[in-house]
Amino acid sequence: MFDWVQSFADWLIYNLVGIEQGSHLGDALNFFVYDTIKIIILLFLITFVMGIVNAYFPIERIRSFLSRNRLYGGEYLLASTFGAVTPFCSCSSVPLFIGFVRGGIPLGVTFAFLVTSPLVNEVAVAVLLGSFGLKTTAIYVATGITLGVISGIILGRLKLEHLLTDWVHKLWEEAEAGREAFVSEPKTFLERLPGIARDALGIVKSVTPYILIGIAIGAAMHGYVPEGFFEAYIGKGTWYAVPLAVLIGVPMYADATGIVPVIQVFVAKGIPIGTSLAFMMAVVGLSIPEAMLLKKVMTIKLIAIFFGIVTICIIFSGYLFNLIL
Amino acid sequence: MKTIKILGTGCAKCKQTEAVIRETLIDLGLEANIEKVEDIQKIMEYDIMSTPAVVLDGVVKMTGKVPTKEEVGAMLA
Repeated sequence: MFDWVQSFADWLIYNLVGIEQGSHLGDALNFFVYDTIKIIILLFLITFVMGIVNAYFPIERIRSFLSRNRLYGGEYLLASTFGAVTPFCSCSSVPLFIGFVRGGIPLGVTFAFLVTSPLVNEVAVAVLLGSFGLKTTAIYVATGITLGVISGIILGRLKLEHLLTDWVHKLWEEAEAGREAFVSEPKTFLERLPGIARDALGIVKSVTPYILIGIAIGAAMHGYVPEGFFEAYIGKGTWYAVPLAVLIGVPMYADATGIVPVIQVFVAKGIPIGTSLAFMMAVVGLSIPEAMLLKKVMTIKLIAIFFGIVTICIIFSGYLFNLIL
Repeated sequence: MKTIKILGTGCAKCKQTEAVIRETLIDLGLEANIEKVEDIQKIMEYDIMSTPAVVLDGVVKMTGKVPTKEEVGAMLA
C-alpha cells in the first residue's frame, strides 16, 4: 500500500536532492520523508473512521448504556473498549470521571475506561500501524484493552470508594436527583460526514508538529545510531529491563504521536519490542500531570494504588510482548 | 444581552473555542457577555463529560469540540 511512498522518498532524496544512497544523511532524510507521509495518511484515515464511530457512540450514550445495563462483568470489557474508541485528551479525564460517577457507574468500570483511554486511541493506532505493521498494532490494542479490564476489575474489588475526595461523595448524593443529560440533535450520516472529515483534519493538523519532531528524532537515530547499539545494554536477556523501562516511563508524559517513531528506532537498534512497548504504555498511560489532575477527585492514596496496579499490569504485558512478538 | 460561558480547564481547544466565538460575534455584529469557566468544580455543575463546552444563557449547547463559526452563528440565531 505504501510502496509508492517509498519510491517517492527514494526519488526525492537520492535523485532530486542528490544525496547518496547508503550515506547516514541520505538514510536519515529518506526515513523522515517516508515515515512522515505514511503516518500522516494513516492518521487521517484512522481519525476519520474513529470519528464516524464516535458520531454514533458519543460519550453520553456510552454512559447511559453502562449505567442502565448490568452485564455480569462484561461492563468492564465494554468500558475498556469504549475507552479505546473515544478520543482522549488528558484535560477531559476529570470531567469523564465525574460524569461516570454521576451516572452511577461502578468505580472499577470507570477505572477500566480511564486506563484504556490514553493507551489506545486513534493517534497511537495510526503511528503504530505506520511504524510496526498490523500484527504488533493488533496485539498492542488487545493488550491495552485487556489491561484496562484487569486493572478495572482489581480496583473494583478493592472497594476504594472511601478514598475519593469529599467533592465526589457530594456529587454522588446529588446523582440521585437524575438530571437530564445533554443530547445533541440527531443528524443524518451524510450531514455528519463533512464535520467528521473536518475534525479528522483538525486532529491531523494539531498533532503533525509532534509527529514531525518524533520522526525527526527517530530519523536521526535511524541514520546515525548503529544497528544493535542498545542490545548490549538492554537485550532480551536483561530481566530487569522491562520494569526499569516502565518505571522510567511512568512519570514522563508524551503523546503517543511523539513517542512511537522514537520507539520504532529503539526496536530497530536492538531493544526488544516488548520492553519498548511497555515503555510507551507507561509514558502515554500514566504521568505526573495526570496525577495532578486526578487529585481533584481522588485522594493521593487512591492515585498511588491506581498508578501502582496499572504499572504492574504494564510490566506484565511488557514481558508478555517479549515472549510472543 | 446573552451570556455565553465557555467551560474548559484551559487546554488549547478551549482557547480556540473562545476565539471562534469572539470572531463570530464580531462578524455578526452581536454583543454578548463571554465568561470563561476554568474551575473544574464549577464546570462540573453542568452535567458534561468532555470539554470544551459552550453554555448559552444557562443551557449547554455544545460539548467536546471546537465549534465552527457557522455552528456558533446557528446557536446565537
